[in-house]
Amino acid sequence: MQLWLIPILPLLGFLLNGMFGKRLARPVINAIAVGSVLLSFLWVLKTLSGLGAFSGGLEQTYKEHYYTWIQSGALNISVDFAIDRLTAVMLMVVTGVGLLIHIYSVGYMSHEGGYYRFFAYLNLFMFFMLTLVLGANFLLLFVGWEGVGLCSYLLIGFYFLEKFATDAGNKAFIVNRIGDFGFVLAIFLVFIHFGTLDFATVSAQVRNMPIETSAGIFTAISLLLLVGATGKSAQIPLYVWLPDAMAGPTPVSALIHAATMVTAGVYIIARTSQIYLHSTWALDIVAIVGLTTAFVAATIGLAQNDIKKVFAYSTVSQLGYMFLGLGVGAFSAGIFHLMTHAFFKALLFLGAGSVIHACSGEQDMRHMGGLRKYTPITMVTLLCGSLAIAGFPYLSGAASKDLILEAAYEHAPWMYWVGVFTAGMTAFYVFRAFFLTFFGEYKGKLTEHGAAGHGHDDHGHGHGEPHESPAAMWIPLVILAALSLGGGFINIPHFLAPIFPLQEGEPASWLEYAAMAAGLGGIALAYLFYVVSPSLPESLENTFKGLHTLIYNKYFVDEFYDSTVVEPVVSGSRQLLWRVGDVRVIDGIANGIGTTARGIGGILRRAQSGYIRSYAAWVIAGAVLAIAYIGFMGVSR
Amino acid sequence: MIFAAIAVICGINLVVQTHPISSALSLVGVMGALAALYLLLGGEFIAAAQLVVYAGAIMVLFVFVIMLLNAGTEKKVAVRPLGKYLGAPFLLLFFGMIAYMIQRILPASPPVVFGAFQGGTAADIGRSLFTVYLLPFEVTSVLILIAILGAIVLARKEVD
Amino acid sequence: MPLGPLPAAVPPSWYLTLSAILFVLGVLGFLLRRNIITVFMSIELMLNAVNLTFVTFSYVLKRDDGHIFSFFVMVVAAAEAAVGLAIILTVFKNRQTLEIDEVSTLKN
Repeated sequence: MQLWLIPILPLLGFLLNGMFGKRLARPVINAIAVGSVLLSFLWVLKTLSGLGAFSGGLEQTYKEHYYTWIQSGALNISVDFAIDRLTAVMLMVVTGVGLLIHIYSVGYMSHEGGYYRFFAYLNLFMFFMLTLVLGANFLLLFVGWEGVGLCSYLLIGFYFLEKFATDAGNKAFIVNRIGDFGFVLAIFLVFIHFGTLDFATVSAQVRNMPIETSAGIFTAISLLLLVGATGKSAQIPLYVWLPDAMAGPTPVSALIHAATMVTAGVYIIARTSQIYLHSTWALDIVAIVGLTTAFVAATIGLAQNDIKKVFAYSTVSQLGYMFLGLGVGAFSAGIFHLMTHAFFKALLFLGAGSVIHACSGEQDMRHMGGLRKYTPITMVTLLCGSLAIAGFPYLSGAASKDLILEAAYEHAPWMYWVGVFTAGMTAFYVFRAFFLTFFGEYKGKLTEHGAAGHGHDDHGHGHGEPHESPAAMWIPLVILAALSLGGGFINIPHFLAPIFPLQEGEPASWLEYAAMAAGLGGIALAYLFYVVSPSLPESLENTFKGLHTLIYNKYFVDEFYDSTVVEPVVSGSRQLLWRVGDVRVIDGIANGIGTTARGIGGILRRAQSGYIRSYAAWVIAGAVLAIAYIGFMGVSR
Repeated sequence: MIFAAIAVICGINLVVQTHPISSALSLVGVMGALAALYLLLGGEFIAAAQLVVYAGAIMVLFVFVIMLLNAGTEKKVAVRPLGKYLGAPFLLLFFGMIAYMIQRILPASPPVVFGAFQGGTAADIGRSLFTVYLLPFEVTSVLILIAILGAIVLARKEVD
Repeated sequence: MPLGPLPAAVPPSWYLTLSAILFVLGVLGFLLRRNIITVFMSIELMLNAVNLTFVTFSYVLKRDDGHIFSFFVMVVAAAEAAVGLAIILTVFKNRQTLEIDEVSTLKN
């Protein structure tokens, strides 16, 4: 089946664009970049249909072995790719949505510098993400895991001349690293305990073991993996990098921080579901982390003014939902939500990019408004996405979110109510963004050079009025809108049944209605606040000034981390490690070796005095010693 | 025995004399004494070669160079203390060591009798040279050639 | 070794001892003298001592290999004397001195 082609094609795109891109013309770069992902996507389709995934096949895992990577004592790791139904879902999402975003980027980045570099990085990212998804053992997945972290850093800091962007890139990578530390510890534990890192083998072994009800090996592994997942998927406490990551170009936000990389954490928990199922503590903690993150992020999203920040916090919140789904045992619901979220969040981000492009780089929603006159296609597609995320009935978002909430109710009713309230908030802030952007009067500047505001990805076209985006941009939007609307009808839980057995019984129908009501209520409230009586938000804000400040400043979490973690580490490094360690100890040793060598040399130099007689003396002495030695050897025989 | 005594005296003389000419003449004396000893030990060819080559040609060369360079008397300089206190005992030690080895190898043997060893004639030597030791023989001829070239190169005048 | 009136014929070990004495004398000359030519002659003395050893052993072992070796030593000594004296001549031309201590140019 040649699974290896799937990640290798984008890797080729990276190599070609990276090495030769500077000299290639735009159309060629586009062809290489988009083409490689397109080919990868087509190959995925071919492989999956060949394995019978679309026609009820692929019940067992299909594995391809390439070569043995590490062979050292008991450690035996080979490069294997494996596809089962879970991987199939991920592959379709990654390559499909990835392809749409590549096409979109052609339009979006057309005015930007570093064009070929952007696409090279995007292709490299696809390679690593696909390796992550296809990897059949922990270590190969970790290679992909690290790689996407690297590409995230490269792409967030794409506008590397802005300190803001490079700082954000650093933050993302460093926070990710903290998570990776937990992940690596988990890998060690898995190896020590099971002797292998292969997923299939480990899961098979775990399946037959008893369930732990207190702290034990499964809990340890699960929690360590969770640490890694919170870093990658931006959950509490390692979510702080994601809002800052909006410094990167918008397609990056769409691809990496909505559809693919951040879902890696969800994927790893689903992949190792057997381990989690065998530890009751771990699952509870996952659910609570997810729920808390969902709630807190949604509250922050209520007060943000930058359109990308709103969606960033929305992503964190929705990821929280996925974790909640996993935590209450509804693994397939979590993956289902992963897929639908990829559709509508990518749509929302790309749409936001379109809006920003229309306003010539403006990202602050207070300076937008009334765009429905100028950008109708964007508005319609964004409406679809917003409705989906808000949980409008029959749309994709509702389908997956309802499944999660139902499962949550089964587990613990209070989780359900918190989740419903969060859904209401989700609907509210999304439609707040929508109404602020598209309704009312245009409050932006109609100047020649549209470089208003901070324009992180600045498109200084010098256009006067807002305008619709080119075809390369709105076609993917339309496709994603269609998926957001109809994606709910792809019955993922049924598809994933061989891996994650379906729950028995029908949940109470009032659960669905309550969630629906929350969503509609949120939309209505947003309509009230921002269309009917725009002065209402102002007065509310003034009444609850303290609370508003708290939310607007993200609960001061960044500042807290800064003072407790970052400052001590940096000053500790500076004082201790640099002054003492580096300058005194290491430089001292290096210089000391040099000085000692010189000293010894000085002593030895006296032998080479140029004084012939001393040479002669040494020759004689040596000869005498040699004679003595030979003589005594001979004589004493 | 007599010749041994002559050899030793000449040797000491060589070391002690200040003027190089005196040392050269002492060396000739040593060689002559040694030639006689070789004869006693049955090495007729060697004795003859010693006299002809060594004492005849090489020492003549030495004397020639000394005359050419007009070497004068050496100035008297105190021996460095290191040499005095370390060197002399060291050499004595060395000598003692050699003497000991000699004792071990040849403890007591009949005295040397002139004529006891008959294999040192020119015919015998020649036979050995051209059969067993042919290769070294040829190599030494090359060596002599190189030495000639070297000496010529070193001693010629610079071409202006 | 018997003392008293010196015997006319002596055991071969005495020859070896003589050789050793001459060798040590040569080393002394080599180390102590300051005139280059004298040093050179000390080297020749050492070579002669070795020749004596060879011939003595040849007598003891009743083989002519010692003679052959001695012959080669003489040849080599001849070549070495020729080249060495040529070098001394050149040094003298450059330095105008035959003192062994003054031909060094390495700075201490």
